[in-house]
Amino acid sequence: MSTGSGKREAGGVILDIRGLHATVANDAKNEILKGLDLTVRAGEVHAIMGPNGSGKSTLAAVLAGHPAYTVTGGTVTYLGKDLLEMAPEERAREGVFLAFQYPVAIRGITNSYFLRSAVNAVRKHKGQEELDPLDFLQVLETKLKQIGWDDSFLNRAVNDGFSGGEKKRNEILQMAVLEPTLAILDETDSGLDIDALKTVAEAVNALRRPDHATVVVTHYQRLLNYIVPDRVHVLAGGRIVKSGGKELALELEEKGYVGV
Amino acid sequence: MNWLTELREKAAARFAEVGFPTTRQEAWRFTDVRSLAETAFGPGVSRWTVDANGAKGLVGDLSKAGDIARAHLGRYAEPAANPFTALATARLQDAQVVSIPAGADVLTPIRLSHRLEGPGPVMGTPRVLIVVGDRARATVIETHEDSGVEGAFSNSVTEIVLGQAATLDYVRVQREGRTATHIATTQSHQGKDSVLRSTAIALGAGLSRHDLGAVMAGTGASLVLNGLTVIGGRQHVDYHTTIDHAQPHCESHELFNGVFDDHARGVFNGRIIVRPGAQRTDSKQTNNNLLLSREARADSQPQLEIYADDVKCTHGATLGPLDPTALFYLQSRGLSAVTAKSLLTYGFAADVLNRIATAPVREELDRVIQGRLGVEMLAA
Repeated sequence: MSTGSGKREAGGVILDIRGLHATVANDAKNEILKGLDLTVRAGEVHAIMGPNGSGKSTLAAVLAGHPAYTVTGGTVTYLGKDLLEMAPEERAREGVFLAFQYPVAIRGITNSYFLRSAVNAVRKHKGQEELDPLDFLQVLETKLKQIGWDDSFLNRAVNDGFSGGEKKRNEILQMAVLEPTLAILDETDSGLDIDALKTVAEAVNALRRPDHATVVVTHYQRLLNYIVPDRVHVLAGGRIVKSGGKELALELEEKGYVGV
Repeated sequence: MNWLTELREKAAARFAEVGFPTTRQEAWRFTDVRSLAETAFGPGVSRWTVDANGAKGLVGDLSKAGDIARAHLGRYAEPAANPFTALATARLQDAQVVSIPAGADVLTPIRLSHRLEGPGPVMGTPRVLIVVGDRARATVIETHEDSGVEGAFSNSVTEIVLGQAATLDYVRVQREGRTATHIATTQSHQGKDSVLRSTAIALGAGLSRHDLGAVMAGTGASLVLNGLTVIGGRQHVDYHTTIDHAQPHCESHELFNGVFDDHARGVFNGRIIVRPGAQRTDSKQTNNNLLLSREARADSQPQLEIYADDVKCTHGATLGPLDPTALFYLQSRGLSAVTAKSLLTYGFAADVLNRIATAPVREELDRVIQGRLGVEMLAA
């Protein structure tokens, strides 16, 4: 298989993971990913499922460059480039986005300022002109309309005092304005009631593009009723042990991880 | 003015008796002022710039404020309580007196800005008295600017008196030069149902020590005693606060946040006294210290003395670097490590700034702190 042509049109390889090994805090005894392979192409939605402790969130964190994890083997190629060589902010500027399972509260910084800083960091990287607050507000309003949300939490401090649902929605709003090539959603469904889940899923669907890809990390099949995956992978013991179409998720729901 | 001579003489006698404090004294354990004792300071000239914006009659010097000064000056900041107060009072020449008549509602902030002049090393004793009459409201911002004098030593004393149901928003900003030594005493005295919201900001001076004392002398009084320190290099800032709940049904909220970079050093000592009979006291103290380098250091000491049984007193302190998860979160959105650090540091400081009630003053200080931390978010 070709490891990334760098092409982003439908079908081009966006992410190619080969034999990935990773540990927590550079502790060899604490290996979590043990030779993981995964290829994600433009236009696809992949679901990574697996029991607790299987390494799902570690995979998401490693792809975003979380400093708590150390990659001890394997390669990750993103649009033909070595992703593991990049600092977290470079990955973000190159179009990798991680929706956190536990979004962090940033006191004293308004959401709108945070969003604009993030968008401008990406624009600057691409050689585009940075947006002033007024221009940015227009971009933001367009995006909010696209996903059908209002601007109620723009002037609040980032995630500060947000409910669980608001935090998850805020992650998706960031994703909407940053327009990532590769979006990784880490347990975005956790802690959401069914209405909030639908709202978030609808927004993710509205943002789908043929030249982008999405990796959905989830414990339950529930989210996949709303964000329909092209491929489903079962992660266990730090490796992908089974892959299939969307019907695999239903099978998992029925038989459990042990049964599959 | 015989009363003034008497005040000076008593204070001079006190200072002659006690002299400069040493690190052997508990209250001065972390702050070494030996160099002050060893330097021959000439007398400096205190230059005050007063901007009362249409409220000019409210601020005057001693010659214009005779009765008010006589009634209050030196009555609250006691020479016996602090050797530097004794020294400052012994050298007292003049004072800026802000006097708000009963019932007056002064909407524009009154600004007092001090600069010490003279060929260094010089000592100055900037003195301020703020008297807010019954039911009156005002905002006062007192700043101590960089004098440009090598080795300047400011020994500042501010006394604040609030009448019944009076409200004062008071902000004090210390941004002296890095070779300056800044010693300050702020002593407030609150009447029944009065509200004092005080914010002390320390950005400058090589060595700075600020003793803030607040006496809740009337029932139902409310106090907000906040502070923000942002320093680096080899700067040293020491805050000692004493909140004296002398009467029942009073509340005090204290929040001091400190940002320490490089080899900077912070000291916070927060004493809260609840006198016998001061029932239904509600007091909360928080001291957060952010260490931006491995060499920076901060010491935090709460000191609660509670002599009443029906009270609510809480205190807490934090100490440590920026949260690595928060840094990663910002970086994962494309912000550089440097920007992420500045934003988180600003957010930490903004926690204090956002509590300043007077909007123009809050915005002005916001710009100062943003400039200091290298973030620019004014338009956001």
